[in-house]
Amino acid sequence: MTAGPQTLPLSYIRREPIPPAPAPALVSGPLAWARANLFSSPVNTALTLLALVIVVLVVPPLLRFLVLDAVFTGENRDACRPEVLGRPVGACWAFVAQKINYFVYGSYPIEARWRVNVFFAMAALGVGWLLWLDAPRRDLGAAYFFVVFPLAAYALLSGFPLVGIETVPTSLWGGMLVTIVVSLVGIVASLPLGILLALGRRSRLPIVRLACVIFIEFWRGVPLITVLFMANVMLPLFLPGDITVDRLLRPLIGVALFSAAYMAEVVRGGLQAIPKGQTEGANSLGLSYWQGMRLVILPQALRIVIPGIVNSFIALFKDTTLVSIVGIFDFIRTIESARIDPNWAAPTVVTTGYAFAALFYFVFCFGMSRYALFVERRLAAGQTR
Amino acid sequence: MPNTSPASGPPRVSPLNDPKVRGAAYQILLLLGIGLVAWMAISNAAENLRNARIASGFGFLGNTAGFDVSQALVPFAAATSTYGAAFVVGLLNTLLVAVIGIAVATVLGFLIGVARLSPNWMLAKLATVYVEVVRNIPLLLQLLFWYVAVLAALPGARDSLAFPGSVFLNQRGLYVPKPILAADAWAIPAAFGIGVAAALAYRFRARREQARTGRQAPVGLVGLALVLGLPLLAWAGLALAGLSPVTVELPVKGTFNLRGGLQLFPEFVALVLGLSIYTAAFIAEVVRSGIQAVAKGQTEAARALGLRPGPTLRLVVIPQAMRVIVPPLTSQYLNLTKNSSLAVAIGYPDLVQVFMGTVLNQTGQAVEVVAITMAVYLTISLVTATGMNLYNRRVALIER
Repeated sequence: MTAGPQTLPLSYIRREPIPPAPAPALVSGPLAWARANLFSSPVNTALTLLALVIVVLVVPPLLRFLVLDAVFTGENRDACRPEVLGRPVGACWAFVAQKINYFVYGSYPIEARWRVNVFFAMAALGVGWLLWLDAPRRDLGAAYFFVVFPLAAYALLSGFPLVGIETVPTSLWGGMLVTIVVSLVGIVASLPLGILLALGRRSRLPIVRLACVIFIEFWRGVPLITVLFMANVMLPLFLPGDITVDRLLRPLIGVALFSAAYMAEVVRGGLQAIPKGQTEGANSLGLSYWQGMRLVILPQALRIVIPGIVNSFIALFKDTTLVSIVGIFDFIRTIESARIDPNWAAPTVVTTGYAFAALFYFVFCFGMSRYALFVERRLAAGQTR
Repeated sequence: MPNTSPASGPPRVSPLNDPKVRGAAYQILLLLGIGLVAWMAISNAAENLRNARIASGFGFLGNTAGFDVSQALVPFAAATSTYGAAFVVGLLNTLLVAVIGIAVATVLGFLIGVARLSPNWMLAKLATVYVEVVRNIPLLLQLLFWYVAVLAALPGARDSLAFPGSVFLNQRGLYVPKPILAADAWAIPAAFGIGVAAALAYRFRARREQARTGRQAPVGLVGLALVLGLPLLAWAGLALAGLSPVTVELPVKGTFNLRGGLQLFPEFVALVLGLSIYTAAFIAEVVRSGIQAVAKGQTEAARALGLRPGPTLRLVVIPQAMRVIVPPLTSQYLNLTKNSSLAVAIGYPDLVQVFMGTVLNQTGQAVEVVAITMAVYLTISLVTATGMNLYNRRVALIER
């Protein structure tokens, strides 16, 4: 034993080794997994049991209502009345099946519904083109979606008598058609406007900056409903007496301005993430402000914020339901008016209508959120080494 | 010899290309544009209002309302109350829903956010399903579902569902025991106030003591005893003296209806339920991302120092997570407050329903009513944002 400088006695250091623990009985297989993930401690076991109770309370009744006890075919309320069928009745899908055209087109004239179908197909083409990151000529896709498609859609849906497409007043539009029109107008208008506002908010010109800040903070500080009310009652006041604004156009303007403010903040986040050197590089190449923005900064910034943009589209898509409150006949409204149809007076019709709507919105929103996640991972792939 | 060298001093640029001149020109153009639009809007509005014979101004707030409101926190009567009183009633109802909704959503959201990170597979998956389902269905649909499909499908008053503690649920709403305060009940909140002050003082002294000597005092226990014990003591004292400060009126089931108790209207129940369930899903995500943002090395370091899991969470992880959580949590609180305006869809008398709905329809004072309503929400937004920013500044990382 060598004599060394005496240090403080480290009494908390263990002197003798711990006896080796026995090897775990199970290290792989479902039992080991369950032991590690579900029953590792008394608390954990209690939580597992709690979760099981919740699942048992929720899933079987839901399954019974939506599928097992559900009615899938039928012509009227008798198909879904328990006293007629002599058994408990779950969801009345027969009601949805019979009203599906009403839910999709509203009161759009039957002989003109092919136009709506063409519009849906064109929209799907444009959205697909933009969302598919490896699609050929995405610049053409953007031009199509933001310029060609809106014009064509307007001519198709509203009518263009010069080429023989009869006019259909917007009061006849309804259902999913209106829901999709409102969301697409919101998207098509809010993205360019939002980019402009974001650029303005980062501008060096104080008045431009102030105007953009006030605009953005105002719209973000008030609920969408008040915006829709304002568009409905105040827009006609602000225009000269002889100009009337279409009843559908008013909430469209409100939705577009509202979502532009949110989009501006998303884009601003992207702009802030681009290093200053990029701007300086563009300047040193002799590019003007707009050239530099268009060719260097914005492509990078927008790429970063694709997930954020998709998320605000999800919010916008859900928010379109609010137009039903100011009397626009959107998908929610068609369900509300179909469920009071005396032909379908059955106890579960209300819940079925809402379940159908929930499914519709869930499929779209969940799909979009998965897409945002996918893009996020793909963008992050370049960062992970 | 021809002089080819440039002149000394800064290069002369044509004023057309001078960034300063151009900037000023753009801004003047913008101002002119905004001014023009505003002037046209105002002059059109003035003319349209004149044609419609609607007097502008806020005088209508003093007129008698002539309609009734189902839920009013302050006395309100159709025959005597004014539009101004209707505004106050709506505003208070909005604030009530927002405050209760925020409290419920925060608790639920934190629980679910932590559950998503639980090592328990079952619980984590369940929380994920909750978040995904609730987040991806529009709030309006959820409110309609609770109000039309669930609450309206409840039994009538005669066979209301009874819960322990004299709570009844039926189509007309939720009936809970109603506390009735006696005149000398002020002693209890007073005792509570003294308790809070004493607890704060004790905590301050304990902190100083710990900084000086390193000895820890049982701050939590003593604080709890002071805050809860003093009011209980005051209550007991009053009760012993034969004065019952708080009596509870229980709802009683009669032959046809429930009598007594506090009735929470179905609109209110549906709105609070829908808002807090919806917002909780978003808060859960905020909490989850905040906790995940704390580097794993922090937990490991704390454990290596010998901290037990509880103190690790309380002293190391949560303070750092709060920095990430607070700003988006603020936005969620604001969203909930703004979303409470969806009350109009199910007929809960909030600010939008009472003021922008009924009052606007009766008076036609569109500009004033819309301006007041928007100003209220803007003020709530700005005040909440300022308050949360102050808190945020306190917890934010201070760097050099």
